Amino acid sequence: MTTAVTAGADASASAPVPALAGTARRSASWAWLGLTPFAAYVLLFLALPTVLAIGSGFFTKTGAFTWSNLSALTDPVVLETFANSAWVSLLTAVAGAVAGALVCYAMLGLNPEGAIRQSVDAASGVLAQFGGVMLAFAFISTIGIQGVITVLLKDAFGINIFAEGNWIYEVPGLLLPYIYFQVPLMVITFMPALAALKPQWAEANATLGGTRRSFWMQIGFPVLAPSFLASLLLLFANAFSSYATAAALISQGSQIVPLQIRAALTSETVLGRENLAGALALGMIIVVGIVMAVYSLIQRRAARWQA
Amino acid sequence: MNALAPSRLTRWIVGILVGAFFAIPLISTFLYTLRDDKKGGYSLVHWAALFDPASASMIKPIWTGLGNSLVLSVVTVVIVLVLLAPTMILVHLRFPKLRQYFEFLALLPISIPAIVLVVGLSPIYLQIARMMGTGTWTLAFAYGITVLPFAYRAIQASIDAADLRTLAEAARTLGANWFSVVVKVLAPNIRQGLLAASLISVAVVLGEFTIASLLNRQVFQTAMVVVRNQDPYLPAIFTLLALLLVFVLLLIIGRAARGTRKARS
Repeated sequence: MTTAVTAGADASASAPVPALAGTARRSASWAWLGLTPFAAYVLLFLALPTVLAIGSGFFTKTGAFTWSNLSALTDPVVLETFANSAWVSLLTAVAGAVAGALVCYAMLGLNPEGAIRQSVDAASGVLAQFGGVMLAFAFISTIGIQGVITVLLKDAFGINIFAEGNWIYEVPGLLLPYIYFQVPLMVITFMPALAALKPQWAEANATLGGTRRSFWMQIGFPVLAPSFLASLLLLFANAFSSYATAAALISQGSQIVPLQIRAALTSETVLGRENLAGALALGMIIVVGIVMAVYSLIQRRAARWQA
Repeated sequence: MNALAPSRLTRWIVGILVGAFFAIPLISTFLYTLRDDKKGGYSLVHWAALFDPASASMIKPIWTGLGNSLVLSVVTVVIVLVLLAPTMILVHLRFPKLRQYFEFLALLPISIPAIVLVVGLSPIYLQIARMMGTGTWTLAFAYGITVLPFAYRAIQASIDAADLRTLAEAARTLGANWFSVVVKVLAPNIRQGLLAASLISVAVVLGEFTIASLLNRQVFQTAMVVVRNQDPYLPAIFTLLALLLVFVLLLIIGRAARGTRKARS
């Protein structure tokens, strides 16, 4: 493909194509028909489950409308799991965002086609999006009760990292594995913003007598701040909705919201309520929905620097 | 050279610190699989167990789960190639105004946690089980939604880089019907996007745990959790192999994407 052809495609994208216009009018209804299989699929497996998940919180088992499931969201036990989820997500999002941003900074100026960038990109994808259960296994092998580092610290230095109890199988044990997938996600989402910083801005700053420090304080950080905040929100939502790693680490108990949904789905009644899973799903989608909405608002604002 | 680039020293310090944080769990997992708990020290005994008939019954759930996951990957890729890709082409050629709504829809699954989706999927899968049986392959319908954002991005990048409109017009003018236009003319021109979308779908399906586990289907990831209760070493071995496999898949996707970009400029 040549540039000229691509540019032509962009220009014609908004206007109807003359050559096709005749047939387009005749077969417009047929073309609409072509959209129906996919529309039906999305309706059945995306829209319907979402509506069912949220809606089931409003109904009793016999199908009568009720607000009582929703009142579960104010139950102290449920509030505590939401608080647990929130602080784990916030802590790992901040740690992941700062470390990830540093990695992006360190990779600035490396050839994007080079071996290092390609490997970091691929590795980030693996760990950020496909790790799940396997990250839990890796951390159990490392700092589990019989983990390699646990044993090494005990044998070589006499340090017992579990002197205070088996925290790896409780909420604090989630922190390291979560940071392990948050940093790569930050690299994926923040790298485009950092790469869009124009070297000319640094040159202009230098020409006007600015220092490296003044460049970052006056130009770099203000330009990057919206992108950084957006990525931070994405990381928060990511940790908040993450289930697999926690489920593989914590087999008993439901200290965070996804695990509480597991308990509600696998046993009939939790906290003496039916359909608690629906109420929890609603609470979760409200939190994640608000965070993601703010994310896309800020992201749109940040995008103008990346043109 | 980029004037913003950090100094060599800064780059090395960040690289070593972060690199260590990421390398330690992986190296530890590898050392863990080498641990010989009978004789002490390190040996390949757990790796040998992969091919040992004596431990075959213990590994069996993993092979079964892996088999199920591979079937699921194939069905999911079929959904992406037969359902998603033609719809995207249709939207691009005939309904360009719908594009932004379509994009919003395709990226929506990012904002809906799998754990929420599964709450609504469980009654739906009760119906599916009644109609089509409890075969694991039916999970692919749910997985098609999970891979939607990834597959959409990969295919859209390719569509944007190729001039499908002119190609379609030319082929139509020469008398091709729409089926051969899509299969013989358009698809080959966005093959890199289709390949990337397929590979990333395989990666997502191989790593999926949430939906499968809560709908009680046996897949690769759920099998590893089951086997871990008897032998913690086997899942560690499969963890390393699977992470390596997905890493290679993503390297290939990265190369394909760079090929597209290069063709564009």
